[in-house]
Amino acid sequence: MFRVTHSVKIPICVLAAMTALSTGSSALAAPGDDLGAIRDAITNLRQEYEAKIKDLEDRLQKAQAEAEAAKASADSAQAAAQDAKTVAAAQPAAPEPQVQRTPTSNNAFNPGIAAVLNGFFVAASHDPTAARIPGFALGDSASGPERGFSLGESEVNLTANIDPFFLGWLNLSFGNDNSVSVEEAYIQTTGLGEGLTLRAGRMFSGIAYLNERHSHDWSFSDASLPYRAFLNGQYGDDGVQARWLAPTNIFLELGAEWFRGDSFPAGGAADHGMGTVTAFAHAGDDINDSSSWLAGLSYLHARSDKRDTGGDLFSGTNDIGIATVVYKWAPGGNPIVRNLVLSGEYFFGHENGVFNGIAVDYNHSGWYLQGVYQFMPRWSFGLRYAELETARVGAALMGSALDDLGRTPRAETALLEFDTSEFGRLRLQYSHDSSDVRPLDQVLFQYTVIYGPHPAHRY
Amino acid sequence: MRKSIIAALLLAFGAASPAYANLNVFACEPEWAALATEIGGDKVSVYSATTGGQDPHQVQARPSLIAKARSADISVCTGAELEIGWLPAIVTQSANQKLRPGAPSAVEAASFINLLEVPSRLDRAEGDIHAAGNPHIQTNPANILSVAKPLAARFAELDPANAQTYAARLADFTMRWQAAMAKWQTQAAPLKGVSIAVEHQSWIYLENWLGLKRVIALEPKPGVPPSAGYLAQVVDTLQKTPAKMVIRAAYEDDRPSLFISDKAHIPSVTLPYTVGGTDGAKNLFSLYDDTINRLLAAAKG
Repeated sequence: MFRVTHSVKIPICVLAAMTALSTGSSALAAPGDDLGAIRDAITNLRQEYEAKIKDLEDRLQKAQAEAEAAKASADSAQAAAQDAKTVAAAQPAAPEPQVQRTPTSNNAFNPGIAAVLNGFFVAASHDPTAARIPGFALGDSASGPERGFSLGESEVNLTANIDPFFLGWLNLSFGNDNSVSVEEAYIQTTGLGEGLTLRAGRMFSGIAYLNERHSHDWSFSDASLPYRAFLNGQYGDDGVQARWLAPTNIFLELGAEWFRGDSFPAGGAADHGMGTVTAFAHAGDDINDSSSWLAGLSYLHARSDKRDTGGDLFSGTNDIGIATVVYKWAPGGNPIVRNLVLSGEYFFGHENGVFNGIAVDYNHSGWYLQGVYQFMPRWSFGLRYAELETARVGAALMGSALDDLGRTPRAETALLEFDTSEFGRLRLQYSHDSSDVRPLDQVLFQYTVIYGPHPAHRY
Repeated sequence: MRKSIIAALLLAFGAASPAYANLNVFACEPEWAALATEIGGDKVSVYSATTGGQDPHQVQARPSLIAKARSADISVCTGAELEIGWLPAIVTQSANQKLRPGAPSAVEAASFINLLEVPSRLDRAEGDIHAAGNPHIQTNPANILSVAKPLAARFAELDPANAQTYAARLADFTMRWQAAMAKWQTQAAPLKGVSIAVEHQSWIYLENWLGLKRVIALEPKPGVPPSAGYLAQVVDTLQKTPAKMVIRAAYEDDRPSLFISDKAHIPSVTLPYTVGGTDGAKNLFSLYDDTINRLLAAAKG
């Protein structure tokens, strides 16, 4: 910081700083507060100098009006006044680089880069990647990590402001089979004001609670049954999003999206690539210093044109409604020693169309409830229960993915977590999934680390 | 019809911001909320995002904070990465351009201070370090004054109609503050040269102000909670280089301090750290009164 003292050198370096700011390069790195401070300093100093000069001029006139004998001293006063004026006038013209300037370089505007690494060890009673949920046609990424050692999804995020109007976000995901996919790539407005934010590109939808978060940000290592069955783990697509934050004392956010409709629960980019629409509302507030809540209602309408799920073809419409409740507790608002997060969501789905050539019109639903309690700094444990209600589609679809085999899919999960820091996490998770005829028991070790710019944690 | 529905909705959820205040101030920490009130008086409506009982490093980005940030005209935060774990999420979600980093109405107190303990090595292996320097600036009252002036100027810029009020209140506050600082300096004279152990390295500005000598921190690295083994080392160090007391902020976990207090037979002192941290620290003035009283009591005992 610039130390503002009353000396002649200060305005020079202040002005030099101003010039440096206006000519660019490091300008964006300097906080606007500095600019304000500098502006204030300049105003103060200018006022001081003007007062001094005026004082000198006054004295000069006084001296001239007096006797000849005083002339000599008057002249010197005038000279002093001139000098002061010259100095004051010369300063803007000759800014000397007395403050440190960041040298110009071609990487000064590099975006913020963060990497997320993820590794698994899974011991399972049978192959988890082949796990089915009878009664549900599943998307291609509804199952968890494979058995044994594996590298989970690794991610690289690149983000920066593009200009005063947009920010950019690119998230590349590296699968453990060395495939690279663009998980998210969007531009987002930053300057609309009035609580309005628009986004365009590929993104995770803002519906539900966990959907928008990247999997490394979830409380459990895998997605719960309803997310797997209804949203293929997580729903993302290409499209546009608008969100509006109401100017209310409690948090109230409304959002709507229009997507291509190329990813599960839709498929085939129906309606000329405008096949899916969503709408959501989130509200939340504090209960007291220690507790707060968030609730949401989301709706997704998708049109599918020959959606292919493991060879099953579906054409028709898909409507999903999701209700969300989240409660967080931290004593005195201090989550670092102890805290509790309870959340639950209810999913309701309606599919109407043609499944493998047979007309279908059915409802299904599902819910989960989970709690994660941090009982001492860095240590937490969690429990999750999830259940699905199948459609009971009848004899015509016997033997297809929609045949529930008379079962009610359910899964229980427990987890123990140790955080090495805000940036590193080790997890041990056990789950018993009795969706299929043969229950799947698995023990899962996971590490997740993030490095790069400090992440800001969402609620 | 639609308008009346929206109006009804807004009413139901409580339309934000009272109309009589000219500026809505979103203060990240209670000390800046208190300072904003000192300077703004009834011309500003101040909301503090955290309380004296909360660790300002680690705050959940709760929905209520986003709602408050949405309607703020100016934010006053410490900066220097103190709030990096939560504030960016709130500012982004609030979609409020006035609070975006670098905006003139996003005031960062640390930018008016010569920060100490600027790390020579930027590496997360060194713990939770802040690139710009130690952000716990409010533990020295001189820093409050350094922030008060530019804050008043910023208020005047954003709300020129009340510029005179802000200037007058600043002058009044400055006078009272300087008198209080002289008083504290005298009161705290016996603390000069007193050795202390600290839980988190939050006190460098206080140490410099009062001439306290820090022997050791109970955290092996900033932000890393101490293990039992490390605390045993601390006890060893304190046997060789004794400290008069172990101090911690009111929001911090008391167990490491109490353990050391017990093993090294020195008093454990809970300092308010900010306004509202203790019952005695009701405003900016009593914050330092209470801090000095607690230190003096421990140094005597």
